Amino acid sequence: MIPLSAYLILSAILFAIGVAGIYINRKNVIILLMCIELILLAVNTNFVAFSHFLQNHIGEVFVFFILTVAAAEAAIGLAILVAVFRNRRTIDVEELDLLKG
Amino acid sequence: MITIQQLVFYFFATLAVIGSSMVIISKNSVRAVLYLVFTFFCMAGIWLLLQSEFLAIVLVLVYVGAVMVLFLFVVMMLDIEIGKLIYSFAKRWPIGLLVAAVMLGLTVWTLSAPYSTNALPNPPPFPADYSHVKVLGALLYTDYLFAFEVAGVILLVAMIAAIGITFRGPRDIKTQKPSLQVQVRKEDRLKIVKMLPEGDKP
Repeated sequence: MIPLSAYLILSAILFAIGVAGIYINRKNVIILLMCIELILLAVNTNFVAFSHFLQNHIGEVFVFFILTVAAAEAAIGLAILVAVFRNRRTIDVEELDLLKG
Repeated sequence: MITIQQLVFYFFATLAVIGSSMVIISKNSVRAVLYLVFTFFCMAGIWLLLQSEFLAIVLVLVYVGAVMVLFLFVVMMLDIEIGKLIYSFAKRWPIGLLVAAVMLGLTVWTLSAPYSTNALPNPPPFPADYSHVKVLGALLYTDYLFAFEVAGVILLVAMIAAIGITFRGPRDIKTQKPSLQVQVRKEDRLKIVKMLPEGDKP
């Protein structure tokens, strides 16, 4: 059978790829949002794996709520993206510097 | 001896890692979204292997069917000049690889430590009449009812916020502007012209 650590290492690989994507791709906001989705997927896989191996369904309920919040976050994030693109005509992160941060 | 579970696991795991790598490598946003959809499908297979069918189906239906389609819609709707967004991958990949290697190394090191959860035994298989949906539903509608309702409110707020952010108001509709109406002076509208009387001459 597959041990728990196999699932955990798989989700760690996905998490690391998501974080690396944020570091590598600092121009396109859409790809940054997609990297966040990838990280959330890795975290959810951790929850599901622990929930299966501990024979406890509370982790799966938590995954349910994470999916809800992630859907809301994607909807609002993309709406903000559309509004920003309308005003600035770009989604390049390096050009979104109105706040002079 | 490779069991069928191991075969399925390594098949989906390899495809998921390849797909997620392509997400961050591909320069075209549309392709990146499609690779992310592919990764979600593979991870849904892994979740099925973990015997959480309902969540796997929710992942495919809600995530691939709604969220990823929303991403695809936005990517195709925004008229982005791809050329401006091409980043220098050659310059950026070392730091990305460094961060990924450090995080992955730390995680694997933690998992291989003697106090880790490696010794957790595989749970016994569920009986044939086991229903994952029933178990999750019983938990959601009893212990987590308040959280469930809060999640519904969050979705409502997100919907209203998304509409409010992107809604530009009705256009090309004639409306009264009272502030302009009260500012009107007599000279703007009425012009008195001195002229000789016209008409039939006496």
